[in-house]
Amino acid sequence: MAAHGAAIDPNEPVVYEQYETIEQQQETYLVGMWSFLVTEVMMFGALFLVYSLYRWKFRGEFFMFHEELSWQWGGLNTMNLLFSSFLMAKAVQATQLKRAKAQMWYLAGTIVCAFIFLIIKAIEWIPKFEHHLVPTASFHWPPHEPHGSGGGSPEHAKIFYSLYFTMTGLHGLHVVIGIIAITILMVMTKLKAKAITDYIPTEMVGLYWHFVDLVWIFLYPLFYLIPR
Amino acid sequence: MSQAVIGQRHEIPDLHYLNNGHTIASWLLTKDHKRIAVLYLISVSFMFFVGGLAAALVRLELTSPHGQLFTSEQYNKLFSAHGIVMVFFFIIPAVPAVLGNFALPIMIGAKDLAFPRLNLLSWYLYVVGALIVLTSFILGGVDAGWTFYTPLSSIYSNTQISLCLVGLFLAGFSSIFTGVNFIATVHKMRAPGMTWFKLPHFVWANYATSLIIVLGTPVVAITLVLVILERTLKFGIFSPELGGDPVLFQHMFWFYSHPAVYIMILPAMGVISELVSCFSRRRLFGYEMVAFSTVAIAAIGFLVWGHHMFFSSQSVLQGIIFSLLTLIVAVPSAIKTFNWVLTMYKGSVVFTTPMIYVLGFIGLFLVGGLTGPYLGAVACDVHLTGTYFVVAHFHFIMVGGAIMGFLGGLHFWWPKMFGRMYSEFWGRLSALVVFIGFNFTFFPQFILGYLGMPRRYHYYYFAPEWQIYNILSSAGASVLAIGYLMPVFYLTASLIKGKPAGPNPWGATGLEWNKTSSPPDTHNFHEKIVVTEPPYNYDAISDNRDYRKMWGGEPLEWEKETV
Repeated sequence: MAAHGAAIDPNEPVVYEQYETIEQQQETYLVGMWSFLVTEVMMFGALFLVYSLYRWKFRGEFFMFHEELSWQWGGLNTMNLLFSSFLMAKAVQATQLKRAKAQMWYLAGTIVCAFIFLIIKAIEWIPKFEHHLVPTASFHWPPHEPHGSGGGSPEHAKIFYSLYFTMTGLHGLHVVIGIIAITILMVMTKLKAKAITDYIPTEMVGLYWHFVDLVWIFLYPLFYLIPR
Repeated sequence: MSQAVIGQRHEIPDLHYLNNGHTIASWLLTKDHKRIAVLYLISVSFMFFVGGLAAALVRLELTSPHGQLFTSEQYNKLFSAHGIVMVFFFIIPAVPAVLGNFALPIMIGAKDLAFPRLNLLSWYLYVVGALIVLTSFILGGVDAGWTFYTPLSSIYSNTQISLCLVGLFLAGFSSIFTGVNFIATVHKMRAPGMTWFKLPHFVWANYATSLIIVLGTPVVAITLVLVILERTLKFGIFSPELGGDPVLFQHMFWFYSHPAVYIMILPAMGVISELVSCFSRRRLFGYEMVAFSTVAIAAIGFLVWGHHMFFSSQSVLQGIIFSLLTLIVAVPSAIKTFNWVLTMYKGSVVFTTPMIYVLGFIGLFLVGGLTGPYLGAVACDVHLTGTYFVVAHFHFIMVGGAIMGFLGGLHFWWPKMFGRMYSEFWGRLSALVVFIGFNFTFFPQFILGYLGMPRRYHYYYFAPEWQIYNILSSAGASVLAIGYLMPVFYLTASLIKGKPAGPNPWGATGLEWNKTSSPPDTHNFHEKIVVTEPPYNYDAISDNRDYRKMWGGEPLEWEKETV
C-alpha cells in the first residue's frame, strides 16, 4: 500500500501491490524460495536413490570404477565451493547491512569461484571423453591406462559412469544457472532496478547457491571418496 | 451477510478485470491471476478436445473385433496421445490452474497470488510444453503409452519419445511453479481473521495438491530426463543389457504418478465440498474432518505407488505392505463422501446445474472408489491387472470424478468469472447427458475387464462376444462427446446474451461471492477484508428459501408455515 501514489523513498523497499506490508512480502518470498528448494531436493533425491540402489547392487565393483576419478581435483573443488558459499553468506550479510560495495565484491568473488569450479570440472571431464569413459555408444572399460585396477564388468562400469555424468552434469547445470542468477542480480542491483529494493533477492540467490554447494557436499564423497 | 434482494435486475460493473485493457498484450503479458485463469481455461479446453479426438478414434476402432481401421502401430500412437494429453495437459492443470487460479486468491482475501509473474511463466511453460508434445505427435507420434515404461521407451521404440518427454518436462515445471505459488499464497497472503480452519475446502484441497506437486513432480521430471539421456546419448541407467533395472523406472514414475491421481482428484473434491454445501443450503458437515482427510489423502498417497508393480518383480511382502497402505487410502476418501452425503441429509437440496454435477460426481466417485480396493488387493489384482477393469476404474475416478468436478466448478464460478448467467435449461441437460453418456461408456468396460479383455489391444477377434460391450461403450462415448460439446455452445452464448448475474447469484457464502462484483475488479476487492464469520455459514442466511425458489426448489415444511 505504501507504494501507491506517494513519492517513493529510494531508501525504502518497494511493497508490491499484492502485499500489505514489507514484512509480509519478504516472508512470502522466503516461503516460496524454500518450497522451490524442496522441489530441487526431491529432484536430486531421486538420483541419490538410484545411486544408492546400484551402489548396493554392485558394491564390490563401484570401488574399482571410481578409481578413475581424481579425489584431488574433487577435493579442491569442494574447498572452492565451500569458500564460495562463505563469500555468498558475506554478500547477504553485506546487503542486509546496506554495504553496497562490499555486496558487489562478495558476489563477484562467488562468481569467480563458480567459474573455477567449472574449469576444474572441465579438466576432469575432457580426458574422460578421450579415454572413452563417457557412457555413450563408444564407452570402453577397462580404460587403456587405468589409474586403478581397471577391474569390474564393463556393463556395470557404464552404469556407474552414467550416474556420475548425470549427477555431476545436473549439478554443473545448477552451477551455471547460479552464475546467471548472480550476474543478473549484480546487474540489476547496479542499475538500481525496481525489482531489487531490499536484501531479499540477494538472500534468495544465496539460498539457491548454498543448496548447490550442499548437493556437491554429498556428491563428492559418494563418487570420489568411496573406500577401497 | 448476503442480503442480496432476490429477483432484482443486476448490471455488469463498468470496470472489471475483463475490460481493464483490451490489447492482446494486456492479455498475454497480464499478471492478473483471473486473466491467467481465463488463458488457462482456453488452452486446457483446447487440449481436452485434442485428447477427446484421440479417444473417439480409439473407441471407433474397438467397435470391430478385427481392428480394421488402424494398424497396431497407429493404435498404439492413438491411445498414447489420448493418455498423454488428457493426463498431463488436461486433468492435472484443469482444476488448480483454471478454477484455483481464479478463485483461490479471492477466497482467502488476497489481491493476487503471491508471485504473479511466476504464475504467468507457468502458463507459458504449459503452452510451450503442449506445443512441443503436439509437435512430437505430428512428427510421427509416440507409442509407449502415457506411462513410458522402459525398456520399450528407452531402447526399443523409435518414435518421437525424446521430443515428447521434453514437452512433459516443461509442463512439469509449469505445475511445480503453480504449486510453489499456491503454497506461498496460502501460507502468507490470507486476510486478517482468515485462520487455517476458516479456509474454504477448495483452498485446503489446492494447498494439499500443491504439496504433492512440489514433492512429486521433480521426481518424475528427472526420471523422464534419464529416459531422454538413455535414448539420445545411450546412457544406461534403466538398461537391462547393462544389469540396470527397468522396473526402477516404474517405481520412480509411479512415485509421482500415483500421487498425481490425487493431484487430479483432490481439487475436484474441494470443488464438490463448496458446491454441496451451497446447494444444500447447509454448513458442510464435519469441516475439520474433511480438511484432515484432504491432508491425509495427500500424505498416504505418497506411500502406495507400489500397487502398480504387484506383478513386476516385487516381492510378496512388498506387495502385501503396499496393498494394505492402498486400502488405507479408502478411509479418508470415505470420510469425505460420508460428509458430503450428511451435508445433504436434512438440507434443502436445489438441483441447479452445478449440483447435478455434484450428484453425478458422488455417484461415480463411489463406484470408481469402491472398485479401487479390488485392484488394491493383491489376490484380486492378479486377475484384473492389465484388463479393461483397470481402465474403467480409473476413468470413473478421472472422468467421472475429476472432470465432473471441473465442470461443476466451472458452472458454479462461471457467473463470477464472466458476470453473466448461462442457460440453466441447457446446463442441466448437459449435466444429465454427461452422466448418462459416461455410464454407458465406462460401465461396460468393467464387464469387459471382468471377462478378461486386455487393455491396449486394438483387436479381439479371438473373443467376438466382447463386441456388444465394446459397441455399447463406443455408443456411450458419442453421447458423452455431445455432453461435453454442449457447454462450449451455451457457455459461449452466455458471454453475449446471458443475463447479468449480480455479485452473488447462488446466495453462497465466501469472500468471492460477498465481497467482489461479478466479474471482479482487477484488484479483487474495493475494501479491506477482515474475516469474522465461520466458513459455510449458510445457517445464518435468512433468505435461503428465496434462493431455493429462484432455482426451482420447493419450500420446506417449516418454511411454508412461516410464509
